[in-house]
Amino acid sequence: MAQIETKDSGKGGKKRAKKHSSEIDMTPMVDLMCLLITFFMLTTAFAKPKVMVITMPEKDKDQTIKDQPKISAERTLNILLAGNDEVFYYKGQPTPEKPMPQLVKSDFSKDGIRKLLLNWNRDLFTKITEYRDKRLTGEIIVADSTFNNTIKEMKLDDKKGPIVLIKADSAAKYRDIVNIIDEMAITNIASYAIVDIGQVEVMMIDATKAGTPLIKYPVIKVK
Amino acid sequence: MPKIKPPVSTPRIDMTPMVDLFSLLLIFFVLTASFRPQEAAMIDSPASISEKQAPDFNLMTIFIDKEGKVFFNVDNGMDSTTKFREQILQKMAERYEMTFTPDEYDLFGRLSGFGMPLKDLKGWIHAENSEKREEFQVGMPFDSADNQLGYWILYSRIVNPRAEVAIKGDADASYMTVKEIMDMLQINKINKFNLVTTFVTEEIGLEDLPPEN
Repeated sequence: MAQIETKDSGKGGKKRAKKHSSEIDMTPMVDLMCLLITFFMLTTAFAKPKVMVITMPEKDKDQTIKDQPKISAERTLNILLAGNDEVFYYKGQPTPEKPMPQLVKSDFSKDGIRKLLLNWNRDLFTKITEYRDKRLTGEIIVADSTFNNTIKEMKLDDKKGPIVLIKADSAAKYRDIVNIIDEMAITNIASYAIVDIGQVEVMMIDATKAGTPLIKYPVIKVK
Repeated sequence: MPKIKPPVSTPRIDMTPMVDLFSLLLIFFVLTASFRPQEAAMIDSPASISEKQAPDFNLMTIFIDKEGKVFFNVDNGMDSTTKFREQILQKMAERYEMTFTPDEYDLFGRLSGFGMPLKDLKGWIHAENSEKREEFQVGMPFDSADNQLGYWILYSRIVNPRAEVAIKGDADASYMTVKEIMDMLQINKINKFNLVTTFVTEEIGLEDLPPEN
């Protein structure tokens, strides 16, 4: 292909085609191409960044406390992010009338907060995982949109799983909030929300860290 | 006895197929290349299992680095005719009573993420090289005294109402900074955020369920 055959007619006499090919040296071209390919390979951004989508409830200044959705205290799980990979959780809602809920320390490891979430969310998690596995093994064949909608409906129908309130302390890092939302996705929690941390909860964290957990509802100083 | 002549010609490798292959690869890379834009700051995003991809255009990105400095980037839209960046800069210039030359608008349109008070933007646009440009990236003011980031967001929304918001925060950035930004976005009626993360796999199945008690 890259050889050009030249036919040289001899100087009279014997007519013998002198086959001698003039070859093109392709080495520089190959060198250059190698360089260019390497350059493009290294500069191409193949892996596009992935994103995690969160939707926050609309903020309305006129909204009063009354309009906020009521959630049952038994199903409420409060997760407090305290920075340094420390996670505290408690169930229910602290009120002056009831004994103070105690903070339990946990972390982001496999046996940490995930165990609790899986245990609580057992029904929904089993349902969704079974459905997903069935689809993976080819037992049921559904389109992506149907698959996602079914999971969405399963989550809407869920009446037993926890309602997780995620509250981040001022020491929390961005990593913590991403980690905890990730845990929600892994354990298929149906309802969770990121809310502002309350003054009582900050006190609870401080007291638990100091080794003297609050027993009574603290007196809140109004600034 | 005739002598056995060793072959004189040196063996040659036919490079043609290799060259063919290389050409093909080269064409492929040239056509698919979308260059990594110069990032405003070194940001190490946290990991998550989310597989959703960030949109290519109609996207404003807010970068938050380790120290809490904030940078802003907005894309030019789907093709080169929309020129969203220039329109946004025009509105900003009006707001802060500054003037930019057509050249500066054009240059700004081709640059990427930035984070500095508007008065320093000219210096950033004219910086000779990327190192000099880096020196201008001191972070965008976004406190209540001078909320320039808020205006950038507002005008980006006005110029391109379809723009989504991505937050690219460093894993070690304080949540408080991120929250401030989110609150500001919510004031601008943006309630959906794309948090940029790096992908990790974390598959758990039924066998991971703790035993029932």
